[in-house]
Amino acid sequence: MHPVTRTVLVRLGYGLLTLFVVSIVIFSAIEFLPGDFTQAILGQLATPETIAAFRKELGLDQSAFTRYINWIGGVLQGDFGSSFSGRGQLTSGTGGVGRSREVADLIAPRLWNTLFLAGLTALIAVPLSLFLGITSALYRNSLYDRTVNVTSLTTISFPEFFVAYILILIFGSLWPVLPTLANVDDTTPFSERLWRSALPAMTLTLVIIAHMMRMTRAAIINLLASPYIQMAVLSGASRSEVIVKHALPNAWAPIATVIAFNLAYLVVGVVVVEVVFVYPGIGQLMVDSVTSRNIPVVQACALIFAVTYIVLNLIADIIGIITNPRLLHPK
Amino acid sequence: MKKNTENYSAVSESGAILERRSTWQRFLIDFKKSPISARFGLFVIAIYIFVAIFAPWLAPYGESQVFPAPYEPWSKEFIFGTDQIGRDILSRMIYGARNTVGIAVATTALAFLIGGVLGLAAAIAKGWVDQLLSRLVDALMAIPSLIFALVLLSIFGTNIINLIMIIALLDSTRVFRLTRAVSLNVVVMDFVEAARLRGEGLAWIMRREILPNILPPLIAEFGLRFCFVFLTIAALSFLGVGIQPPTADWGSMVRENASLIQFAQYDLKAGLTPLLPAAAIALLTVAVNFVVDWFLHKTSGIRDEQ
Repeated sequence: MHPVTRTVLVRLGYGLLTLFVVSIVIFSAIEFLPGDFTQAILGQLATPETIAAFRKELGLDQSAFTRYINWIGGVLQGDFGSSFSGRGQLTSGTGGVGRSREVADLIAPRLWNTLFLAGLTALIAVPLSLFLGITSALYRNSLYDRTVNVTSLTTISFPEFFVAYILILIFGSLWPVLPTLANVDDTTPFSERLWRSALPAMTLTLVIIAHMMRMTRAAIINLLASPYIQMAVLSGASRSEVIVKHALPNAWAPIATVIAFNLAYLVVGVVVVEVVFVYPGIGQLMVDSVTSRNIPVVQACALIFAVTYIVLNLIADIIGIITNPRLLHPK
Repeated sequence: MKKNTENYSAVSESGAILERRSTWQRFLIDFKKSPISARFGLFVIAIYIFVAIFAPWLAPYGESQVFPAPYEPWSKEFIFGTDQIGRDILSRMIYGARNTVGIAVATTALAFLIGGVLGLAAAIAKGWVDQLLSRLVDALMAIPSLIFALVLLSIFGTNIINLIMIIALLDSTRVFRLTRAVSLNVVVMDFVEAARLRGEGLAWIMRREILPNILPPLIAEFGLRFCFVFLTIAALSFLGVGIQPPTADWGSMVRENASLIQFAQYDLKAGLTPLLPAAAIALLTVAVNFVVDWFLHKTSGIRDEQ
């Protein structure tokens, strides 16, 4: 087998193992709840029979192993169980299944919204930050480079909600051109959706551009300092030739890593931004569920976030391996 | 040196008694050479510490003293106005320095205690201890920490003790990695071997042989970790699952007063009110970053190549 294929397969294996461990960690969340949590969810009026039925539905009468197999089997088929909320009102029946909603139904439309926002941000942020990073690396120590650098260092230190509120203050209040509430739903037409998502996407863009641009700049400077580039310059190659023919082929790996890493970072940034702009995505759903301690929803959201994060990092690693043969021979 | 080249003598210099400089003197010498950004950073940090320590004397009103005047505009009486239930914003900002920064410092310190000790132990013990801890840390780091923190908070409930423990635990993973990586290089040195042969215990080797040699990167990391922890706690408080009211905290203050921002058109000062605590967070993070930058530059000896 070709060593590249083997390295990639090994890396994929590690990725799957990580996913498995992470799923166990998230699953075990329910194990740590206090023993009487069913009572708290169903309310004081719940009869012992209701509680027993609810515990049976959750599978608390079975071993943790069986429950994990059932849970992960359901998750793989898109079934995340049913929500804890809306169960308290029922005083009889089968644990209030009728009133509560399927977690998958809650998540599906919101997941699409979140993906739309993240995709929109990535579409703007990736080309822009690559451009800024590469140009500031090429003209480093110039006024342009310093300005971009100081601005990005400052933006990195700002909490996401600070950036968001500054933008709201400017574009939503002092000069009201953009909507400050991003309340989209299924029926919102595409252009309207785009317009309403403008401010959240701008906030996210500003936050991740700073990171991405700094990482790109560092990677390119690192590359330009390597002896073979110096050699190419000394041999009389033109500036553009050095960059396109010599530097760029080796730059793909670090750039891919930077992009994937920052898209993974986007996953976290999205939570705060969705709350600021009341954007109906899974980040907001997760925060609401944490407040109401609606564990099945929290588990499902966490699993989605974690899987996205792991898969993006995995892709970055694999691109790094494929494009950089030197990584194949560690020491 | 250039000034007195004429009466310079190598003999007198080498013959002069070497004076031992105290830490404070060395700091002053370094400080004189520091760039403007680092001075600014140190200045800001000093102010925050001062405000945090003397909060009860500096604040014009109590931390949760309620006045019957919600959303009061900026005035002589209430310098930054009052919040949604009539508490003085300036007083809450001053107490917030104590609560928000204090909790972040405590969390970072705890993270360093856990991560540092385990990292050192893993580097010294090697073998299965190292393997077990490293794999555990890998698994913890595979989940974004804000998401993991949200999951844990939903299980254990949101109070300050849980918040500190959870964030410290999640952040100790990065400290563990760094400590382990830098101490692996020191563990193989001869003087560690000598200490071992002398029969020193694990604690001695950790504290007296290895720790002094890995301190500079750890101090720089402490600054960066602090920023990260500070921003995470601020984000969680902003989301309403971190520091809970009535404790004055900058993250939750932003959320509580966010609606004022709509009135910026009519009264710019009112619109700026929710941004003040957010700016306080940002300013401290920028300051710490500047100081860490300077410190890294100083200890690593790396110069930006032209």
